[in-house]
Amino acid sequence: MSERTAFVNARLVDPISNRDEKGALLVENGVIADLGPRLFADGVPKGTATVDCGGHVLAPALIDMRAHLREPGEEEKETIETATAAAAAGGIGTVVALPNTDPPMDNPALVEFVIRRGREAGQVRVEAYAALTQGTKGERMTEFGLLSAAGAVAFTDGTKAVANPQTMRRILSYARPFGLLVVQHAEVPELANGGAMNEGELAARLGLSGIPVMAEAMMIERDLRLVAATGARYHVAHISTGEGVELVRQAKARGLPVTCDTAPPYFGLNETAIGNWRTFAKLSPPLRSEDDRQAIVAGLADGTIDAIASDHAPQDQEAKRLPFIQAEPGAVGFETLLPLTLELVHGKRLSLSAALALLTARPAAILDLPRGRLAKGAPADLVLIDLDKPWKIDEAALLSKSKNTPFGGRPVQGWALRTVVAGKTVYQRGA
Amino acid sequence: MITPAEPKRFPHRHILGIEGLSPDEITYLLDRAERFVDMGRPKEGKLDLLRGRTIINLFFEESTRTRTSFELAGKRLGGDVVNMAVQHSSIKKGETLIDTALTLDAMHPDVLIVRHPCSGGVELLSQKVTCSVINGGDGSHEHPTQALLDALTIRRRKGRLQGLVVAICGDVAHSRVARSNIHLLTTMGARVRVVGPRTLVPPVFERFGVEVFHDMREGLKGCDIVMMLRLQLERMQGTFVPSIREYFHFFGLDYAKLAAAKPDALIMHPGPVNRGVEIDTEVADDLDRSLITQQVEIGVAVRMACLEAVVGANVANGAR
Repeated sequence: MSERTAFVNARLVDPISNRDEKGALLVENGVIADLGPRLFADGVPKGTATVDCGGHVLAPALIDMRAHLREPGEEEKETIETATAAAAAGGIGTVVALPNTDPPMDNPALVEFVIRRGREAGQVRVEAYAALTQGTKGERMTEFGLLSAAGAVAFTDGTKAVANPQTMRRILSYARPFGLLVVQHAEVPELANGGAMNEGELAARLGLSGIPVMAEAMMIERDLRLVAATGARYHVAHISTGEGVELVRQAKARGLPVTCDTAPPYFGLNETAIGNWRTFAKLSPPLRSEDDRQAIVAGLADGTIDAIASDHAPQDQEAKRLPFIQAEPGAVGFETLLPLTLELVHGKRLSLSAALALLTARPAAILDLPRGRLAKGAPADLVLIDLDKPWKIDEAALLSKSKNTPFGGRPVQGWALRTVVAGKTVYQRGA
Repeated sequence: MITPAEPKRFPHRHILGIEGLSPDEITYLLDRAERFVDMGRPKEGKLDLLRGRTIINLFFEESTRTRTSFELAGKRLGGDVVNMAVQHSSIKKGETLIDTALTLDAMHPDVLIVRHPCSGGVELLSQKVTCSVINGGDGSHEHPTQALLDALTIRRRKGRLQGLVVAICGDVAHSRVARSNIHLLTTMGARVRVVGPRTLVPPVFERFGVEVFHDMREGLKGCDIVMMLRLQLERMQGTFVPSIREYFHFFGLDYAKLAAAKPDALIMHPGPVNRGVEIDTEVADDLDRSLITQQVEIGVAVRMACLEAVVGANVANGAR
């Protein structure tokens, strides 16, 4: 006896096929068996469970291509269990775990461990990056081939840049025939050194040393030269500056195999969110100027930026209740990813389809994941979204083990009503 | 006998920085401090304006003159002053700034004087305590009592602040003294210049409403006041300027460069002075031109005024 669930009375939105129509969708054994405007026009057959979508948007579940799950090593901040529960509440069906754990995910056993723990948690799908260099020290490359065989979907040192140009050149060169994706935290460490926020007037006023925009732009420039020489696939993570976006725009125009993502703080906030030393607004890369923020929005609107990731980085009180310079960077992001992206839709900067593509099909394409679409035979990873629901982001209500959001108190519109992974409901609001 | 200050005149519980203080509030503190200066050292040894009040000096960073100055100020007002030597206490054992704040707060002091090596460290602490906090210097951010004492020193010699041309010279980028002085002097209508090598005086300072110069003679031209900053010698190697010798040659204050300023221009320095690095010894010791020792003397009076003001604000706001 197969398991069948009918999602009826839905607004089906699939960015890849440009579908946006009223209709129904049938899930059978964890896979989308059928969908369309006329499906179940004559009623749902007996023996099929029914979910009435109430006219809300039914879309592919979100694919979050950057998240720190903190396990193993920093379970006091987050665990795979708590992280995947928070992700499910955010409408996310797949999270890709960054390798900055303790120890870092630089060997096949650790990559397998994280993927297995994700499976055991039984909420959302957990994919994993592997470190680019051993210990994420930026010196010796990891076992790319063996790590991909163990399940690593791409390679990055996460919050650290590979600074040495010779090391990066060899990494890109070696990765090319494997077809592997190299993801860079684009920041020249020596230029960022000691910096706690964006360089500029506000940093000067607060007496904090700043991280200049050029720290990002110079690293991207250097890497693009190496990409041009090697032909390897290269991705700029959490791009934060207008100059960075422009470099990627030009590289794409030249036909280089380059992609990039950003995260909600970089289009939803600027450096003034730091106010008087709000450490929840201390991020890496730092929040930038208003001009940069607008350039990120423009990059999302014209397609230069390929994906929006949560950049979920849980930090506990001990890591944040410190003088600004000493506080750890990062913000939680799973439960705010969708509403903050929808701000761009409500603000008429992106169409709904384009916004959802940035959260689903496009990151899936970058990582070569067979998800992020509504199509017959595709995995039934779905999110039901109330686009207009007004609510206020409340730190205390977050499911994540850490509550460090810079968006606390922000009024937003839209949230996930239900998240389905492989046909199974892993989250239902109010349930 | 000096009468207690009018509490309503200074509404703030803390003095964390000059930025945000109004010209009236600054003038009030300076006027109050001036009365303490004029009164001189109290004959009976002490006033009783802070009798029964407890003041804790909490210094997370080495300091001799600021800590001593606050200690004297508190004692001259009749308060009980306790010095915490933080370098040797529990902070070294990993206790956080906030834990320390909560522990001290539980002892119910009236005022905490705090110096901290991190910008914003003092404000963070102030958010966690119920008493008043006076910033004794936080990182590269602010050092409000230094700016107040500098302003009073200038006002007593020049009779005003409005319209004076003041050049602040040296390591502006890393200096909390420079920031507090820029805020205070621009708020009070002085014309402020910052002068030094571009690595230590970045152009972003123009956004503070000051003029930026990278040449001493140009920067000092027509100045009323030359304020020299202390150089952090450990920063001098290689990255910010090539050498002390080169720095002194181009940016150290000697008579040749001082000649560009007004003939009656006065010289200030927050101390301690690196002789032969940022200032020539003869210039520093020139009794006609240098205000360096007067700054120290006036510092005690200014800190008396600040202590009195925050305690008065608390009385006005109903605390204690």
